[in-house]
Amino acid sequence: MTGSPALCVDRLSVEFRTRSGLVRALDHVTFSVRKGETIALVGESGSGKSVTAYAIMGILDPAGRVTSGQAMFDEIDLLSASPKQLAAIRGRRIAMIFQNPRSALNPIRPVGRQIADVLMRHRELPARAARLQAIEMLRAVGITDPARRASAYPFELSGGMCQRVMIAIALAAKPSLLITDEPTTGLDVTTQAVIMDLIADLATELGMATIFITHDLALASQRAARIVVMHAGHVVENAPTTELFVQPRHPYTAELIAATPDSAANLDDLAAIAGSLPDLRRPDLPACRYLERCSRKTEQCAQTLPQAVLGPEHIVACWNPIPVQAPLKRAIGAP
Amino acid sequence: MTVLLDLGHVSKFFPAGGRNQLARLRRRLSGGPEKLPKVYAVDNVSFVINKGETVGLVGESGCGKSTLVRALTRLLDVSDGSIKLGARELALKPARVFARDRDRARIQMVFQDAGDSINPRFTAFDAIADPLRRLRRARGKALKEQVEAAASQCGLPPVLLSRFPHQLSGGQRARVGIARAIAVKPDLLVLDEPTAALDVSVQVVILRLLQQLKRELGMSYLFVSHDLSVVRLLCDRVLVMYLGKIVESGPARAVFDRPWHPYTQALVAAVPRFGGEAMERLRLKGEPRSPIDPDPNVCRFYGRCPISASDCKTRAPALRRFGSRYVACHFAEEFVVERIKSGP
Amino acid sequence: MTDTTAVAPRESPLAQLLRHSRHVLAEIPVSGFAFALFLLILLAALFGPQLAPYDPLASNTAQTLKPPNAQHWFGTDQLGRDVFSRVIVATRLDFFIAVASVALVFVMGGLAGVAAGFFGGWTDRIIGRIADTIMAFPLFVLAMGIVAALGNTVQNIVLATAIVNFPLYARIARAEANVRREAGFVEAARLSGNADWRILVGQILPNVFPILVVQMSLTMGYAILNAAGLSFIGLGVRPPTPEWGIMVAEGAAFMVAGQWWNAFFPGAALMLAVFCFNLLGDGLRDIIDPRRRT
Repeated sequence: MTGSPALCVDRLSVEFRTRSGLVRALDHVTFSVRKGETIALVGESGSGKSVTAYAIMGILDPAGRVTSGQAMFDEIDLLSASPKQLAAIRGRRIAMIFQNPRSALNPIRPVGRQIADVLMRHRELPARAARLQAIEMLRAVGITDPARRASAYPFELSGGMCQRVMIAIALAAKPSLLITDEPTTGLDVTTQAVIMDLIADLATELGMATIFITHDLALASQRAARIVVMHAGHVVENAPTTELFVQPRHPYTAELIAATPDSAANLDDLAAIAGSLPDLRRPDLPACRYLERCSRKTEQCAQTLPQAVLGPEHIVACWNPIPVQAPLKRAIGAP
Repeated sequence: MTVLLDLGHVSKFFPAGGRNQLARLRRRLSGGPEKLPKVYAVDNVSFVINKGETVGLVGESGCGKSTLVRALTRLLDVSDGSIKLGARELALKPARVFARDRDRARIQMVFQDAGDSINPRFTAFDAIADPLRRLRRARGKALKEQVEAAASQCGLPPVLLSRFPHQLSGGQRARVGIARAIAVKPDLLVLDEPTAALDVSVQVVILRLLQQLKRELGMSYLFVSHDLSVVRLLCDRVLVMYLGKIVESGPARAVFDRPWHPYTQALVAAVPRFGGEAMERLRLKGEPRSPIDPDPNVCRFYGRCPISASDCKTRAPALRRFGSRYVACHFAEEFVVERIKSGP
Repeated sequence: MTDTTAVAPRESPLAQLLRHSRHVLAEIPVSGFAFALFLLILLAALFGPQLAPYDPLASNTAQTLKPPNAQHWFGTDQLGRDVFSRVIVATRLDFFIAVASVALVFVMGGLAGVAAGFFGGWTDRIIGRIADTIMAFPLFVLAMGIVAALGNTVQNIVLATAIVNFPLYARIARAEANVRREAGFVEAARLSGNADWRILVGQILPNVFPILVVQMSLTMGYAILNAAGLSFIGLGVRPPTPEWGIMVAEGAAFMVAGQWWNAFFPGAALMLAVFCFNLLGDGLRDIIDPRRRT
């Protein structure tokens, strides 16, 4: 345990104004990342994991609004910081990598220049030094023949190479926190492995904290020391990785694990999760948004949502968490 | 086991360097090489699909599986080889006119991105009705009944039939795509990453549905996917492709639990597993070799393969048989012998 | 069913369309206004001759060049004809020219463009060269040339307008078809037993249509202006047929002498019609494009 938090998100709530109503995308999301720690934010589509990252970075869609909460980074609340403060932090001390690498890069600018841009802006290097450093960064992210590739355009590179360029851009200013939003979706599994290795190695080298946002539970289990499980805009469970898989306490976590193909020996062993996401526009959402799909619900679940602390590192938002003795696969429906 | 589809030495080349006629003309006039450079998307691939079987096809981008799939569903013509459906040779009829062929309904496909594969201006009903109209000449009341039957078989409530694709959830769109494909009761259903765009909870439901439909309609499946965990669960046999060639094939569980080809080993090692640390560094370095005019005497995997011996660059390995498994590697014996004790 | 979202009442696609249209028109008042105006123009076109108080061709030498008054709301022209009646009756002709030109260019340009984009190869090259040839001429000069060569009848004005707009429609249609050529649903259509031409007409064209609709409403405005322009230089409709353009042309001579109503009212009608068609384009696209339906 390395102690002090790099980022501390406290009761973050976000709403979106849409034509069909007010969407309560996030409700009191709370978690933190320690310096040098790697955590994963896991959830299905609609869980709010990407919205969380966008809110922290201040790049929410204009229809979105932070209605409460704080995101403390180095004693500054990112959610209420001035544009000037944010500009100094974004890209320099917090960096973000997005999902589709080729579309996140500027298509009409050579990749070397894009890295150099960051170096000139955030490390204030002169142009020539920045160009040379950019080539070094391309080498550091594993691109062969970096001097030649520096003048290539994104469309000339493969998806894996583009993602490496994105990593180079993100890490150019040596940030202390890296947020990655599904960085390997769309990449081959062998490329994914190499990219994830690269991020892990660089994170160790730079002492950087990392937040992985992913829907792939197995990937999260492999790469993160701690997992934060989200459902419909709530954090439902927050635990060290091994503890989460050996003993999930929240019913959703257990069902998610049971639905992942890797956990099953046969197709019949896979369990579908009952119901579907509640409509987040409803004004009458129950306090626990998993209520309607849950097999362990109690009277209290509709009233308020607890933050049960089950251990020094293990937090669950549930009135009736799965008891410790119950084996994994039988957890659903046990009293 | 009766053979349903038999692919023999199928190859597909694309001209490299695009269709720039001026360049081609210049090349011919200047007395350059006679043959134009070709991309070998699919190179001498042979396999069979038996009745009632689920065969998996795995491989990464650039391996040629999309091209192979389009060739065997007759959306594309092959450059060489035979595609036999039962007794009939399909490769003889050009893809351009196959749409109106009497056997068109026997091979159907479910696409990866259901949203993209349904015309945005068609309702779910229109989408499912299209093949019935064209291939079964169904009209009016009979058409309506068949569409509703297909929809309900796929768990799609009738109210959703009047909706457009963008009004449906991902899972519902996937069901529409499946309903459309099975409406004409094909013998072979090709599934091109059907659950790739779906959440894990929806994926389970769809996979179960596919399993059920296969039993109910007696179809064979060709399941193309990059998600090895799903292929392991669903498929009887699996084929592993790399740069246009099949490098390994055999019973799905066996191939994934005890892979023999170095590429399959790297593939399996790369798949994230629960609770495990990232598998020891069985990582592939560099980029795949160029698919343009590959040297026929060099193994396609040479260079990236951790073995990469001198034999590998003088003689390309052929697909060799070991019981129910096939491997294309000079050093297969090492893995085979070790594993002979633990089973095929 | 595990993944049924909110159950909507069972509606036919037509009912859905009407409901959506009402929604769009209510939301964007400007579109609603344009639509109302369009209906007005349409009414005038259909029932013009019945609604006109006077015979548009009847001249009355006693009443020449009278300013707007109680009996003649828009005044009278140099032959004593009632300007109001002439403006109303002219609506039919101008509307016909607009609609006919647009229909013709949609069919010609739309089909050619979609074929060029879908098939590529020689089809694309030939159609491309035809479009380039047309674009090489200043468009109005080309229209003049066509009408001068073939004679100034209404049919030829329509034809000239269509030809002059052909490259634009072909280009738009081609770009859209090209993008959709590789789309999943085209492959799915082939698997479903659709021959190429059927895919073109049944799958691609309906997707290209909404994009062309916006262009079509702009072209309607242009068609009327084109006809007016041709009439102005004597290559348009022949007198005494009432048509806004020719009325403006004849009335322009009297502006200097202070008799403004001759040219003003037909000119205002022209302007209003073009304005209406332009606004209509946006509203129509919102209605037709199913992706915008909630």
